[in-house]
Amino acid sequence: MAIIAQILFIILTATALYLFGKNLLKIRRNILIGKAGFANDQKARRWKNVFLLALGQKKMFKKPIVAILHLILYVGFIIINIELLEIMADGILGTHRIFETYFEQFGLASLYNFIINSFEILAALVLVACIVFLVRRNILKLKRFMSNDLAGWPRSDANYILIAEIILMSLFLIMNAADTETHFIISASLQPLLSGINSNTLFIIEHTAWWLHIIGIYIFMNYLPYSKHLHIILAFPNTYYAPLTPKGMMHNMPEVQNEVLYAMQPELAPTGAAAPASFGAKDVMDLSSKNLMDAYSCTECGRCTAACPANITGKLLSPRKIMMATRDRLEEVGKNMDLNQKFVSDNKSLLHDYITVEELRACSTCNACVEECPVSISPLDIIMELRRSLIMEESNAPQEWNSMFSNIENNFAPWKFAPDDRDAWTNQA
Amino acid sequence: MKVSTMAEMMASGQTPEVLFWVGCAGSFDLRAQKITKAFATILDKAGVRYAILGKEEACTGDPARRAGNEFMFQMMAYQNIQILNGYSIKKIVTTCPHCFNILKNEYPVLGGNYEVIHHTQFLQELIEQGKIKFTDSNEWKGKSITYHDSCYLGRANEIYEAPRKVLESLDMELREMKRCKSKGLCCGAGGAQMFKEEEKGDKRVNMERADEAIETKSDFVASACPFCNTMLSDGIKNRDEELGTEVLDIAEIIAKAIQ
Repeated sequence: MAIIAQILFIILTATALYLFGKNLLKIRRNILIGKAGFANDQKARRWKNVFLLALGQKKMFKKPIVAILHLILYVGFIIINIELLEIMADGILGTHRIFETYFEQFGLASLYNFIINSFEILAALVLVACIVFLVRRNILKLKRFMSNDLAGWPRSDANYILIAEIILMSLFLIMNAADTETHFIISASLQPLLSGINSNTLFIIEHTAWWLHIIGIYIFMNYLPYSKHLHIILAFPNTYYAPLTPKGMMHNMPEVQNEVLYAMQPELAPTGAAAPASFGAKDVMDLSSKNLMDAYSCTECGRCTAACPANITGKLLSPRKIMMATRDRLEEVGKNMDLNQKFVSDNKSLLHDYITVEELRACSTCNACVEECPVSISPLDIIMELRRSLIMEESNAPQEWNSMFSNIENNFAPWKFAPDDRDAWTNQA
Repeated sequence: MKVSTMAEMMASGQTPEVLFWVGCAGSFDLRAQKITKAFATILDKAGVRYAILGKEEACTGDPARRAGNEFMFQMMAYQNIQILNGYSIKKIVTTCPHCFNILKNEYPVLGGNYEVIHHTQFLQELIEQGKIKFTDSNEWKGKSITYHDSCYLGRANEIYEAPRKVLESLDMELREMKRCKSKGLCCGAGGAQMFKEEEKGDKRVNMERADEAIETKSDFVASACPFCNTMLSDGIKNRDEELGTEVLDIAEIIAKAIQ
């Protein structure tokens, strides 16, 4: 009987890890569809960003109360998962609290108790934090969680994650409580509730909780690649690869720079050089891999949208929606590639089908969204790449912008003034 | 007051300490011209040897690039860099945060390498070096003022302190708006929005910001960007014609206070 449980456990674990790994590789492939690679200069500054922003949650602390609740979830999640080591060892070897046995042999029983007690305290805190977060989302109805961006699946996604964490933490505490030989700090207080139950039933409760807990963890792990919760992994690489240049700097387009250079100085033009295929981004494969990793890193918290001047004043633009649309389109392209070995045109594109011209036109490039993002996502970068495609590929500009362009071209200023009057102010100075 | 161009300076064998990049708004817009003149006056009184490009200056290409027209931007950048490098320009000061951002961050990769500073930084330096002396009866003393962060100065280049330090040096009472510094709200002009109608919405961005400025009940509103100045002036005028709160550039405030 015991051996069957062990084999079952090993099969379950292997399957869970295999599926998880497979999905992660698929996400990696999707991210690498992007054009440009990742900048990897100035490694020390990049690691500093990882420590401050991802590990240290620096931007989260702009809202201290939420930051502390989030920190509890995050620290709790990492530390409680150390207990998984013992659970895995027990599952594979068919033992019961194998570490406790070892710790006792070395006279460290009190250390084991201390560790499990810490896990239990964290588990209880995580439980409370999850309940507060559920209340915030569903009863207090915070504005940024009520937006249409989250209609349907995204809103459920957030609730599923919180409920899953509550279930996992409860199972962990029930499992410990049903183990009457132990007296840990939180679960011991639950033990009186189980006092009337005979030891056989308690044994079944403990084991059922143990199994449900580990199965729950495997399900949760495999849910990550489909969920906004993926940020718990991607926050780290995403802050590492974040641009180190001032936020105001747009990245250069050497292909256009060269076109202009060759027009001005034809003697520099290489013979037979092919003109670039396209300018800006129409679809996800025209974006950079960093843009695409941004899309997978987004946890849809909506801090960007809450700070966006266009969104605040009722325009259609929502930076969060830009990120969600990019991920949705990328997933669609990924599925297309799975089905056809390579991407086969589906007559759709990120621009127009997922993100409309009206949204793009509302952006004032103020960088508020970029500043807000706790994990260094830039919705602005995607907006600018799509704008470039609109103008340079489709010549799609409002009439006023076309006038502005022609004024710059003819009068060297965005307004229709005579270039000779540029220094007219000096006569009155 | 004589404002020399680079061409004139070269002809007389002089080299300026700094080039004053005036920008399109500062050159042509009637309101922004006042800012330009105020800053030129300060430079003159502080004894700074400066020059302008005059008719040789052209749009940096900022609104074109932000709208998505990279070709137009590259054309303008090419021409400007030819001129600037032709005069061997080393240091540039400008009253426009958009020009500042492009010259400082986006020209170097195209071969235009200069030390670029914004006029609020330059003013702070001049005050610290004692080159600007305020009159004893400084009319700003004790007056309240709220400073609006320009996105291209603030978030884009993390310059939050220089303009505030300058205002504080006049013993003005600085009142912050609810959203300030890295959280400052845009005036609505950036990203080439200045040159088109706003998209459909329920409020104009400049009205949202003007309301916030009015809420501080300050005597004046300070800006450090000609576009922010226009947007906020319009917003405040629209909201409350009688209130008449003036939106002034930091350079205009300083110009009125110096000996």
